[in-house]
Amino acid sequence: LSPEQKKELSDIAQRIVAPGKGILAADESTGTMGKRLQKIKVENTEEHRRIFRDILFSSDPSIANSIGGVIFFHETLYQKSDSGKLFPQVVKEKGIVVGIKVDKGTAGLNGTDEETTTQGLDGLSERCAQYKKDGCDFAKWRCVLKISHGCPSALAIAENANVLARYASICQQNGLVPIVEPEILPDGEHDLKRCQYATEKVLAAVYKALNDHHVYLEGTLLKPNMVTAGHSCTKKYTPEDVALATVTTLRRTVPAAVPGICFLSGGQSEEEASLNLNAMNQVPLHRPWKLTFSYGRALQASALAAWVGKVANKKAAQEAFCTRAKINGLASKGEYKPATPASQAAMQSLYTASYVGRLLR
Amino acid sequence: MSFSDSLSATMTHQYPALTAEQKKELQDIAQRIVAPGKGILAADESTGSMAKRLSPIGVENTEENRRRYRQLLFTADQRIDSCIGGVIFFHETLYQKTDDGTPFAQLIKDRGIVVGIKVDKGVVPLAGTNGETTTQGLDGLSERCAQYKKDGADFAKWRCVLKISETTPSQLAILENANVLARYASICQQNGIVPIVEPEILPDGDHDLKRCQYVTEKVLAAVYKALSDHHVYLEGTLLKPNMVTPGHSCPTKFSGEEIAMATVTALRRTVPPAVTGVTFLSGGQSEEEASVNLNAINTCPLTKPWALTFSYGRALQASALNAWKGELSNEKAATEEFIKRAQPFCFPSIFSRLTGWLLSESTRPLEVLAPLLNPSTWLTMLIKHSTTTFS
Repeated sequence: LSPEQKKELSDIAQRIVAPGKGILAADESTGTMGKRLQKIKVENTEEHRRIFRDILFSSDPSIANSIGGVIFFHETLYQKSDSGKLFPQVVKEKGIVVGIKVDKGTAGLNGTDEETTTQGLDGLSERCAQYKKDGCDFAKWRCVLKISHGCPSALAIAENANVLARYASICQQNGLVPIVEPEILPDGEHDLKRCQYATEKVLAAVYKALNDHHVYLEGTLLKPNMVTAGHSCTKKYTPEDVALATVTTLRRTVPAAVPGICFLSGGQSEEEASLNLNAMNQVPLHRPWKLTFSYGRALQASALAAWVGKVANKKAAQEAFCTRAKINGLASKGEYKPATPASQAAMQSLYTASYVGRLLR
Repeated sequence: MSFSDSLSATMTHQYPALTAEQKKELQDIAQRIVAPGKGILAADESTGSMAKRLSPIGVENTEENRRRYRQLLFTADQRIDSCIGGVIFFHETLYQKTDDGTPFAQLIKDRGIVVGIKVDKGVVPLAGTNGETTTQGLDGLSERCAQYKKDGADFAKWRCVLKISETTPSQLAILENANVLARYASICQQNGIVPIVEPEILPDGDHDLKRCQYVTEKVLAAVYKALSDHHVYLEGTLLKPNMVTPGHSCPTKFSGEEIAMATVTALRRTVPPAVTGVTFLSGGQSEEEASVNLNAINTCPLTKPWALTFSYGRALQASALNAWKGELSNEKAATEEFIKRAQPFCFPSIFSRLTGWLLSESTRPLEVLAPLLNPSTWLTMLIKHSTTTFS
């Protein structure tokens, strides 16, 4: 990379994680959107998907105070708002950076206990070049690992770390900031310590791979899971427990050169995700990277529940979305003070078992 | 449980290497060594290395002369207590005493300075490489560490050496040295000893600053991957790296700021924030160069989540050696030279680390902070409250 290329990447990354800002992950694939819409009994058509994203993207411009970037799914990148403007343009005009999911889902790793890698490297460079032309400045690629008796295996860790590094390297060649997402699923009955241990091993492997592939760390972002107990774990932990375990893990593995860490919400409820992020930013350990959000479900659940497919509910849906965005913006600075009891949708756990994505053989 | 299950089970389950108490002890030791304003005096020259120091000043390399020399360093007055957090000993020196019979280790410890010990047994060649080496000393290391701990040591040092040329460092050299450093670190921690991890990349050669930065990043990435693989507790370790500098024969000159920027950038890309401190080696730098570069590093405007200080041998001792020349009558003057070399590290180190902290952690507006960022404010405060004089 030339110094100009490096500066461009670094600037983009800094803009996305500017103080008080995080990412709206609106990149649900068609299949995944189906699951979201089914819950509110809305048919999974292209038009419905367009309408819902329009509701989010046409929110009040002040949303840009809390949202630094939006991740798109391919289909959405080429859809238009009711006003006839392409969605990337609508988002960009608010001063928000446009991102694109570029992976093509998980694929099985033979000889493992149903572990996966992620595919999508074929022709990735050309696709990235086109996405850059079409308004994108960052990309996202999700790898999935799980904790169980024999997992994550050494192969799963090495293979996913390597594919993430290849993806990151290709993105940077095309002026896209790669968000590196090595998600360790919360499924299972393991405790907090076990998740911390697995996360440390996975992240150490990821950063070794990024170094081996000569990736420019200052022009990347990390999207990890928070360190939490498994969903079926009988022991309960507070946001402070989660925050301390997570920040300790990150301090042991993520170089200071990485500008920002944007947590995924996994199956956490909207309120849980905000409280945990808030606690992260209050941990009394030195945190040289921004700690913020890249939330999908945890930003959209209330909005979906308010909309339920009805045009008349558009404003209410937007307000619900803006409220969550503002709260998470505060949480990213450690300034969120929950005053009122959260709405029912906010507290409802958004966990669905084995959120691995389509397994292709 | 199938074969593959048992293999991967040992990979993914944690068998705690250290208890919470052991971890706390290690972290406390590490933090004491690199407390604000403090660094390390590397007085661990082997017998062979001491010969090279003593012959230029016409002093015979006897055990007694080595004892007398270390004595004049260790008996420096309380002015060094705020500058020196730890002293690295050579095995022989750990069991030597002052003229009045006080063991050196006890003398240092009683002053609140942490005692350290060099535990490696020197470099050995890696066959099939272009003159590259690894470092030996793992045999019986656990028992040796346990004994050193009893004898007063709380930290250890192990030096690996890499070099830059057309073909080096090779993959093998990087991997092998990273692995042996991780084994050493793991064994130390089991015995309550904080390991200083030293992957020195020699400054020999005509390579430029960029090449050194690239190599340093690769080496450090491998070191920290190995430390992770060996389950080493990073908060209870220190790193002793080379600064990123051009080779000695490089025709281009680089400023202190360029060296600082390259060094801090390399560290930010490879050294996890959990590492308590980075204590630079001086390599072949002069006393002046070493302190100017360290100061530039501490005032570099990038976020630096670890303490950044010194672990200097030659850069702290050269003037003292020259003043001593083996003469009894020169001892006081030599000690004074040593103190003069140590003190300047204390002030800039505290000042720049405090300002760095203020800028990154404080939520007060810049106008309120401004006077605190002015060196003369601190100088005035220090002069008012201090009884020492600054040369």
